[in-house]
Amino acid sequence: MSQSNESENENMETKPLTSSLSSVANAASASRTPGSRAMGVGLEARGIHAWFGDKHVLEDISLDFWSGTVTALIGPSGCGKSTFIRTLNRMHEFIPGAAMAGEVLLDGKDIYAEGTDVTKIRLKVGMVFQKPNPFPSMTIAENVLAGLKLAQIKVENKDELLQECLERAGLWSEVKDRLKAHGGSLSGGQQQRLCIARALAVRPEVLLMDEPCSALDPGSTLKIEETISHLSSSMTIIIVTHNMQQAARVSDYTGFFLSDGGPGSLVEVGPTGEIFSRPKDKRTENYVTGRFG
Amino acid sequence: MTIISTIKPQKPWLATPKQRLATGSTILVATLATYVLVAITPLKGKLAYFGCFLIIFIVMDFTIHFASRGLSAAKDATARAIVTFGVGLAVLPMVSILVTVFNRGRRGLHWGLFTHDMKMNSVSDPINQGGLLHALTGTVILVVIALVISLPIGVLTALYLTEIKGRFANPIRFLVQAMSGVPSIVAGLFILSAIVYPLTKSYSGLVGSLALSILMIPTIARTSEEVLLLIPNDLREAGVALGGTQWRTVAMVVVPAAKTGLVTAVILGIARIAGETAPIVLLTGGGESVNGNPFSGPMGSLPFYIWKAFSVGSEESITRAWAGIFVLLGIVLVLFVSARFLSERKTSR
Repeated sequence: MSQSNESENENMETKPLTSSLSSVANAASASRTPGSRAMGVGLEARGIHAWFGDKHVLEDISLDFWSGTVTALIGPSGCGKSTFIRTLNRMHEFIPGAAMAGEVLLDGKDIYAEGTDVTKIRLKVGMVFQKPNPFPSMTIAENVLAGLKLAQIKVENKDELLQECLERAGLWSEVKDRLKAHGGSLSGGQQQRLCIARALAVRPEVLLMDEPCSALDPGSTLKIEETISHLSSSMTIIIVTHNMQQAARVSDYTGFFLSDGGPGSLVEVGPTGEIFSRPKDKRTENYVTGRFG
Repeated sequence: MTIISTIKPQKPWLATPKQRLATGSTILVATLATYVLVAITPLKGKLAYFGCFLIIFIVMDFTIHFASRGLSAAKDATARAIVTFGVGLAVLPMVSILVTVFNRGRRGLHWGLFTHDMKMNSVSDPINQGGLLHALTGTVILVVIALVISLPIGVLTALYLTEIKGRFANPIRFLVQAMSGVPSIVAGLFILSAIVYPLTKSYSGLVGSLALSILMIPTIARTSEEVLLLIPNDLREAGVALGGTQWRTVAMVVVPAAKTGLVTAVILGIARIAGETAPIVLLTGGGESVNGNPFSGPMGSLPFYIWKAFSVGSEESITRAWAGIFVLLGIVLVLFVSARFLSERKTSR
């Protein structure tokens, strides 16, 4: 936490007090400055740092994620994008030697605060991984409903929820006749949409997607992008991607991460159109125009 | 389209009849040369035949491939020949054991084996009197109790090593590995001095099972650990990311995914102890009548039955022993096949 105030010369203001004041001033301009909206709503990252062992991999990231929007995080490999989103649902701590500093506010409460029930956090902040990972011992239907069993949630009508989740993930028409088949029998793209349906079944408020299309063919990628567009109206989506066209297609806001050999930091964030057409930072321009990375 | 339909599927990468003929004739010539060599030189016995054939065949094979396709192909052919012989060497004793047990054990088999015990008979009586029912029930009881003790301990140990990864994981892993090398007689003596002398002061099936558990736990723990390590970390992360606690993720995702391997671990554990003799001889007393109570009284078992029948040494008793070995191997075989069948049917849907 003490780390968050060290770099006060950055463009990003990290102190909650001042930023809450600026939120009033900047609300109309829809700036993505942290705290640029009423506090206590949605997901806010404040001064996030991350380490693996002694290696400082992420430096002072502050970002807000607005409900009903898609935020894409772009940047070259190894700049800490995946590490950053893993701090947002406390998956970062699963890696041996991992450490972090900063605050992640979900509905105004720090998810790293003492006494927080981490499983409840992960129910609200769902995750889709880079590689499709359906549970191999379960059928398609069981996979979708696995989260309910894992988190011991009771639902009235399981069949309805099953259909709803598969429809939202854009998979229903393809699997409705073989819900009893094993998840592994699907193609890679279908498996990834199954994983999205599985993440939706516990009704998260935020969905983190860590390069969800990097292992998929263009056709499956398109389907997943359609799925993201459908979902974005009802939830907050944060997607890490290496594919800049994808970021341009699916996202409302884009954040550019960069590491100059040291820890990765957030260079620029703004509405996707602006980031791709008239970025403020020279480095962002070089990256989005394909001059490096 | 008609052209396509007339084309038959082919496998041009397989050996042509000509190449097969060459290999066949190489084997034939090598065999003949071996016979000649053994006949005209002072070499004697099976080993001489085997050694001569190996050397002659490899030399011929190397020469043929060298002449036709050059040095690297010849080296490749030699490596393949040596590997094939190695497999043969490994399989030969196993086949030999199975054939011997089948041939010898067959003569001692009769239905009475499975309906009578040795209460009224001695091992030197005619083979169609008495039976090994007491040994069979004893072995089943011993193995089941040992399994009931070892399975939870072994699997929980493996889960500690792979899932919890606690501070003591490394010393425990070291201990488990060291334990799997413990001689069975040591396990027997340990139970004898730690439980039988100070506490029970008598033979029973239970103390035998305790000794067998000492041997079984490391096998199950190690095999389970290896199986659990093969489960990709993605699945654990997926389970936890869905809001499951670590325990529920392990119970609902990791263990079911490892089910086939865990069944294998159990089979290996049973196979490890089913024929174990030393601790049984020390601890169970080896009764001659059926004893269904593992808590008191001597309990027979197949290894004990075999050991005792062999040690008497009469013709009938040795036939009995072979029949016992036949039954023991049969049980282990049935276990292996059924467990494989069960685990494959459940996963390959």
